[in-house]
Amino acid sequence: MLKNRIIPCLDVKNGRVVKGINFVDLKDAGDPVEQAKIYSDSGADEICFLDITASNENRDTIYDVVKKTSKKCFVPLTVGGGVRSVEDINKLLNCGADKVSINTAAVQNAEVILESSKKFGSQCIVAAIDAKKNENKWEVFTHGGRNNSGIDALEFAKKMEDSGAGELLVTSMDRDGTQVGYDIDLMSKISSIVNIPVIASGGVGNLDHLVDGIKLGKASAVLAASIFHYGKHSVKEAKEYLDSKGIPVRI
Amino acid sequence: MKLTIVDYNSGNISSVVNSFKEVAQNKVNVEVASDLNKIKSSDKIVLPGQGSFKSCVDAINSINGLVDSLNEFAINQKKPLLGICVGLQMFADKGYEELETKGLGWISGKVSKIDNQNGKYKLPHIGWNQINIIKKSKIFKNIENNSHMYFVHSYEFIPEDKNVISATTDYSSNIVCSVEKENIFGTQFHPEKSDKIGLQIIENFIKL
Repeated sequence: MLKNRIIPCLDVKNGRVVKGINFVDLKDAGDPVEQAKIYSDSGADEICFLDITASNENRDTIYDVVKKTSKKCFVPLTVGGGVRSVEDINKLLNCGADKVSINTAAVQNAEVILESSKKFGSQCIVAAIDAKKNENKWEVFTHGGRNNSGIDALEFAKKMEDSGAGELLVTSMDRDGTQVGYDIDLMSKISSIVNIPVIASGGVGNLDHLVDGIKLGKASAVLAASIFHYGKHSVKEAKEYLDSKGIPVRI
Repeated sequence: MKLTIVDYNSGNISSVVNSFKEVAQNKVNVEVASDLNKIKSSDKIVLPGQGSFKSCVDAINSINGLVDSLNEFAINQKKPLLGICVGLQMFADKGYEELETKGLGWISGKVSKIDNQNGKYKLPHIGWNQINIIKKSKIFKNIENNSHMYFVHSYEFIPEDKNVISATTDYSSNIVCSVEKENIFGTQFHPEKSDKIGLQIIENFIKL
């Protein structure tokens, strides 16, 4: 039976982890390689790096991070943030990323998804959708949640599937950082209209939220950042909890 | 011992290279090449594959003499070869992704789309699934039955001779996920992304 996945996400800025696991015995809390290794040893099903480097001159730092991590971590590695072109995707894959998530560039031009999925295969193309509720619908936001494209998130999800994306990473902008749980309504609606796996993101504050994301939100995988930071919960604990709730996980 | 990972522009092979180098350390010489002479002088070959069946077959055919060299290596000399994902699928006679495409024809059978039972199952089949070992295979040494492996694919290999199947996995149906025919080995899952248990399979292949 296929297992639901737990994916810890690390924010990386200028090649350093911004909010990471704060273990006492950690040599360098800012080292993405060391953090990723801790997660994979703890049973993470995949690792996600979100590059939030703001300045262009430091953009190349992520390539070095991916290169080093992929030599030490033997679970799938997804990298996103600031990916603009097919060439950016190519570079990340060559450095050892297994999947690349594309957000703003896909909204501006769906051809990026079409072209890259043809060139590299759908299995490595993740369309990242940042959605925010506006009355009865959700709208797609770009540029790290700063700009509203006005595009309907459900229609956009379908378009991403049709363009060849292998997975959707759906983040609720309303919930991101709030720790009150995923936007279940958004997740379940998107998951029911597409036939590709959905990764739920944004809002996890406790382990029950992960359960809800899968059971109610119909997500194939759940992504979380802050609950795994500062050692609040380990990935292992999260998996044992999901298992106790009858959710199939890899233990 | 020299092991060659065939680089025929089939997409991203970094993870395959990293994992084999990690396992081999300095004991085994791991090379990445499409050079025919290097392939001929290898003791073992790994054939990765990403993207569609057709794009991989096209890429292999676009390197002059590569198919002949692989045939010589695997069929005539019977030296060990491991196909991963589409690398395994290409063992078939035919694939039906995009267009009907001729495969390497090493193991009779076809590659067709996984039946998603009218959308009941998501495709691609992505994530960790357990393998049911149904035949003793040399690459499964020290691998327990029901171990988790990482999968990502929408097409499955259906061999004619069921005796070549060494493991299956349970999704919308029973999917062939590992084959062994004499010196030819293949996994539909990605040992290079299946954590320690995947590295064990790589080690088993290296130690053959």
